[in-house]
This record gives sequence, structure tokens and C-alpha cells, in this order.
Amino acid sequence: MSDRITINPITRLEGHGKIEIFLDDKGEVRDVYWQVVELRGFERFCIGRPVEELPRIMPNICGVCPTPHNMAAVKALDDLYGVEPTPAAKLIRQLQYNAFMVEDHLLHFYILSSPDFVLGPTADPADRNVLGVVQKVGMDIGGRMIEVRKRCREIIKHIASKPAHPEGGLPGGVSIVITEEDRKWMKETANLCVAFCQFSLQLFRQVVLENKEYLSLVLSDAYKLNTYYLGQVDEDNRVNFYEGKLRIVDPKGNEYARFDCHEYVDYIGEWVEPWTYIRLTHLRKIGWKGLNEGETTALYRVGPLARLNVADGMLTPLAHKEFETMFGVLASKPAHHTLAYHWARLIEALQAAEHMQRIANDPLLTSRDIRNMDLNLGKVGVGCVEAARGTLIHHYEADVDGRATKVNLIVATQHNAAPICLSVKKAAMEFIKGSEVKEGFFNMVEMAFRAYDPCLGCATHALPGQMPLVVNIRNSEGSLLRAVRRP
Amino acid sequence: MDKPKVAICWLGACGGCDETVVDINEVLLRVAGVVDIVLWPVAMDFKYDRLKGMQNGEIALSVINGNVRNSEQEEIAKLLRDKSRLVVAFGACACFGGTPGLANLTTKSDIFNWVYRDAPTVVNPNGNYPQVSSRANGEELTLPEFYGRVYPLNAIIDVDYYLPGCPPPPYLVMYALSAVLENKLPAKGSVLAPRRALCDSCGRNKSKPDRISIKEVKRIHEVEADPNVCFLAQSIICLGPATRDGCGESCVRINLPCRGCFGPVEGVEDAGAKFVSAMAAILDAESDEEIIRVVSQIIDPVGYLYRFTLPASILQKSA
Repeated sequence: MSDRITINPITRLEGHGKIEIFLDDKGEVRDVYWQVVELRGFERFCIGRPVEELPRIMPNICGVCPTPHNMAAVKALDDLYGVEPTPAAKLIRQLQYNAFMVEDHLLHFYILSSPDFVLGPTADPADRNVLGVVQKVGMDIGGRMIEVRKRCREIIKHIASKPAHPEGGLPGGVSIVITEEDRKWMKETANLCVAFCQFSLQLFRQVVLENKEYLSLVLSDAYKLNTYYLGQVDEDNRVNFYEGKLRIVDPKGNEYARFDCHEYVDYIGEWVEPWTYIRLTHLRKIGWKGLNEGETTALYRVGPLARLNVADGMLTPLAHKEFETMFGVLASKPAHHTLAYHWARLIEALQAAEHMQRIANDPLLTSRDIRNMDLNLGKVGVGCVEAARGTLIHHYEADVDGRATKVNLIVATQHNAAPICLSVKKAAMEFIKGSEVKEGFFNMVEMAFRAYDPCLGCATHALPGQMPLVVNIRNSEGSLLRAVRRP
Repeated sequence: MDKPKVAICWLGACGGCDETVVDINEVLLRVAGVVDIVLWPVAMDFKYDRLKGMQNGEIALSVINGNVRNSEQEEIAKLLRDKSRLVVAFGACACFGGTPGLANLTTKSDIFNWVYRDAPTVVNPNGNYPQVSSRANGEELTLPEFYGRVYPLNAIIDVDYYLPGCPPPPYLVMYALSAVLENKLPAKGSVLAPRRALCDSCGRNKSKPDRISIKEVKRIHEVEADPNVCFLAQSIICLGPATRDGCGESCVRINLPCRGCFGPVEGVEDAGAKFVSAMAAILDAESDEEIIRVVSQIIDPVGYLYRFTLPASILQKSA
């Protein structure tokens, strides 16, 4: 029959998953399965809980991107209670939200992905980590990154309690005011963020775009996937993390759909396979067509590159300039080049930082009017935000006592699950040829996965070491043909 | 001398406990310099095979976060126990089961039926469900078995120390690390956090009347709570009296009541039961009708009392 390669566990991303790669008789990759091995059941055990507790429980879905869950929950409550948050509350929430986007996006870039470019995709694994990066580009940068992350998380802590588990937010508002004293240090933090995001984009330009080899990798077919794209935009079709309408464009860039998040059930289907616990989202009206791309695909992607593909521009000026530059270089919109997710991520971080500045300077930020108490309990509430990793939808239904009776969640990384499998497969097919398995293959395949920054991306913090990986290649009788060790 | 080996591993976890380790910032880099981190799946690429190849007791300290609710998590927990001299249950999930422990109020089939069949977005004409073993393209694919319930870590392996919180705050992480590195650990089985209740250090203590007496229970979103007055004195449920101190009032400071993520105070086995007795002391109701009326306003008793601790509670002991 055929050979088989197992990578288990996948590391430096959502913790519990594995990849199975099947080879044919010639040693060519014939199929790849990315399997998610975990499930917890939030949609069921939240039933019976008072809905105002859900913004405190939902962040436990993910301690790396808890702010989006907290925010989607709060917005679902606004919707359920038919209440518009006060202007000051909206500013405070968005300050928390943008601070999160900055620290999460930057952490992914520096800790998770920059080693592949600063040191090189096939560099010695012992060096290919953040300490290797710091050694190559200087100690200054690591310290600045830690500082920016710390300061952004101080903002989140101040507004919403613990940064890894923010619990703040109430229907119609927030729970604490921002004082003029607070504004001072928050402004400083915002300024620091803008400067560091600009620096990061400059670093990306120098290290990746001005390196012919890396640029050709970014533009290569191995890391390209023709799919639809989904993201939230405002009325001018600009990227908006906090609110807007959902927009889908097809692989050629034509608008396929534009809808309010309440209609998500009409557009999004979740397919079930017996080999993974994650549900595979796809465009419902097209119907599941399997794991494929191109004209017949029903697959769409979310996250930074998808959001920029869907939008006509960014919300803020410096980020918008970078948006135009990126599409100029990539020479197509939508851009299907998966590695460009890293670029788009930095542009989004810059938008979030600029927006933080705008909010920190807004006179209304310190208003004491932080709660709209005109609550009218309805039956259904849907809250949608753009999490760092993609579109996030919380849908709650409640009884007359305000207890949850039904919960449906569409979580960012789910939308990318099927595309990730395809991306990994394409990279594996490109870099495994014949029966020889090169050392660099492992990382090149992981790079296909890593660009999406799947759920746990930002907790990763590549410390010195070895990245030992054992790959056992067995024949159909299970006898070990070769064991390839990455030391 | 070789650096002591340390493993940081997550089981049924959300990643927040790993984030809180990163929140010790520059200190983490210093720690990384004096220990040899041999496993940290969220951050480093060491695979389970490396762990399997180690000698028993070779690892000085394993810090394990997350609860156990599938077969792979049980396997890794036991492997780490064998290979480690000390095991710390890190965070509410490892210590008590955590929020996902609320799934013990439902069943595996209830969860599976919703997730893979009844949710409005599910498209599943073939009636597929995740299987421990399935076939694709002629090959076998496997998944860990999803258990019928959630377990705290000490239901699966022997635990030496506990560090509670959702997540444990960075300053407690640093205290714990120092205690280990300097070999100044308390007795085995200790919780590495303050011993008393949150109320003892709460800034709102000054406003607490000598006798709290409430005739109704209010929900946080229905009122504009006074940020300086004890929540219970405002008729708002706050688990401060029954919850171990140490979080720095992270929720109370933003004017939200405590929900108990640090678990029970020293010497108390079941935080929820302790809070029931605290409530009984402050509810102002005499007749049966009055008592029923007030208690009915606590609309989710198990969710308030056992948000983080259900799997470790006396309610689950016979399960």
C-alpha cells in the first residue's frame, strides 16, 4: 500500500493536534490530514447560566485570544437586551480590543514566525527561535516587544480584569470609568505601539521583501491557496475589528455576499468528519465540496490576509498606506499567497495601534456615562467581532429569566481548518519528493500552518532549543523503513 | 552541574496559564537560563517521544495546567508523573477542573449531538461523528477518546503542589518558581497561595456593615453597583467569603463580583458548600415563603457556587 508519516503533537500552535501524511508507492505525498484532537462543549455547559455571566465564562475558550470571546459575548448581550452601549463604553471597549490586537499580532510575528525569516526556513533548529532572532538583529528588539506586550496587557487588565481571562463588560456598557490619570499612561502606550508597529513593518520589509529568496517563497505556488475570503467591514468597506457587516469575496475578488451577522446561519455550514473533532466550515449555499480550492471550492479563509482581501482599505491612514503597498507588491487582489498573512498581520497591528491613539485622545473616553441601563430582554442575541485569527460569532438564546437556553459559537480558527489542511498538503507535496525526506521539510510544512496563526499561536514563545522530531516511515506491514530524526 | 529539568505542559487547557507564565516577562528569560525546559508544547517543539525516552524522576519539576477529559490527556499526565520528582497542578482547571468542569452537568452524548448534529450551522448528511478510529483513503486515522466527564489533575495522578487561579497571577508564579529553585517549598500537598479568604484583603471591607442582611438578590447587570461598597451588602452575589485570596481582586477592582477562581480557602474542601453557609447567614428571611422567594432569586446556584470547582466538589465525589 503506502507509507505514512505522523507528526504528533503539533507544537507552537493550538496545542492538541497532529498531522498524518500519506505517501504513495513512489514516495510522493498523496494525502494529508490535519487532525484536531480536543473538544470541551462550551455550547452545552453554558446552557442554564445567567447570560450576563457569559462574558466571564467564554474567555475560557482560549487564554491566548480571550478578549475577542469576551467582546463577542458582550456584544451578543447588547443585542439580546436590545441596548446600545454608551459612546464612552464603546470607546473603552475598543481601547481594550485594539490593545489586544496589537499585543497578540506582534507576539505572533516576533515569537512564532519571525525566526523563519530572520534566521531562514531551513536554519539550524537550535537557532531558529526568538533568541536566535534577538542575537541576529539585536537585544533592543526583544526588550521592546516584551515592553509593548506588557503595556498593552496593562490596558486590558485595567479595563477588563486579567489579560489572560478578561471578565469585563456588561450589556449596554462597561463596568469602570477611565480617568484622566489613566488616559496619560494609555496615551503613552498607544504612541509606543504605533512606533513599534511601524518598526516591525520596516523589519519585515528589510528581512523578507528585500530578500529575493524569501520574496519568491511568499509568491510561490507551494504557499498559495485559491479560496473565498470572509471579513467584517464598515460601511466604506474598511477593515473594522469591532463592528460592521460581514463580507465575502470570491477567489477573483467579486463580492459574493454582504450580510448582517444575524444571518450567519444562511452562509456558514459546519461539515463533520470522523477523523477530527473540529467542524470544517464552508459556504453553505455552495455546499460541501471536499478539501479543494479554485473554481469549485466552497472553502473560505478568515484572518489578516482575508480581511485585507475583503476590504477596500484600512480604517487608519498609516495602515492604509501599507495596505496599498502590500497589494502593489503582491500584484493581485485578492492575494492568495498564504505567507502574506504575516504581512497583513503587521498592517492590522498598525491599524489597531493608530486606533488606540485616536481613542486615547478622544475627550469622551473619560466620560462617566458608561452604562446604558435601558435593558429589554429579547430571545436572541448575536455578537460578532474580528478576532485576531478571524471572524468570531457568539449566538445566544435566553429564557424570560435571562438564562441561556441555546448557544452556538463559530470560532475563528474553525473557518481556516479545511484551508489549513490544504495548505499543509500543498507544502508537503512540494517539499517531499521521492523517498528522501529532507530535514528542512518539517519546517517548510509547518510554515504553511504557522502563517494562519492558529488559536494558540501567541502563547508560543520559542526558547532555546532543539526541535526534536522523530518521523517514522513504515511500509504497509508496519515495519520501520527509516527513522528520521531532527535533533 | 546539570541544570534542573523542567516541563510545562497543558492538558485540557485554554492556553491562559501558559500566557501567565509569559507574563512574568524578563524574569522568564532569566529562569530559562538556569533550568533546562524539556517540554513546553505550546512554545517549544519537543515532542512526546522525548518525554517517553526519559528516565523516571529525571525531570525535577513538571508544571501541568488543564484538566483531564480525554485519553491522551490522561496518558500524558501519567507519563509526566512517572518522569518527574515534583508535579504542580497549575491553574483552576488542573486544581479543581475549571470552568469546562461545568460540562459534568451534561453528558458526552448531549455535547456530541449538539456539536455534530443539532447546531443550526451543522451540515452533516452522512451522520458523521468523531471516532476514536476511522478510515480515510484506505488508512486508519485515530483520535483520543473523549471521556464522559472532566477530572481535576489529582483524580488522575498524585499532585505535590497546587497553584490556583484562572489564571494564577504572575506574581504568584514567580513566588512558586523561587520556592522551587531555592528549595524552600512548604509541606507536600500545599497550595502555593495565601490561606485566607478574599474578603480579608478586599478594599471594600471598610464599607461592610457589622451585620449584612439582604432581602433580595440582585444581578450585576440590573444595577449600577457602587464601586466602593461590599457587593454582598448591595445584595449582589460575590464569592469572596468562600474564595481563597491571592488574585489581587482582579475582578472586584473593575467592579465585578468574585466568581471563585482561586477555589476554597485553607482547610475547606468544598467552596460551594462554604458559600451556601455564608449566604444562609446573611439572607434576611424567616418564613418558608420568604426563604423560598429569596433563594429563588439565585437563578443558577451550581453555576455561581461551582463555576471553577465542580469536578473537585463533594457533588462529584460519588461519580
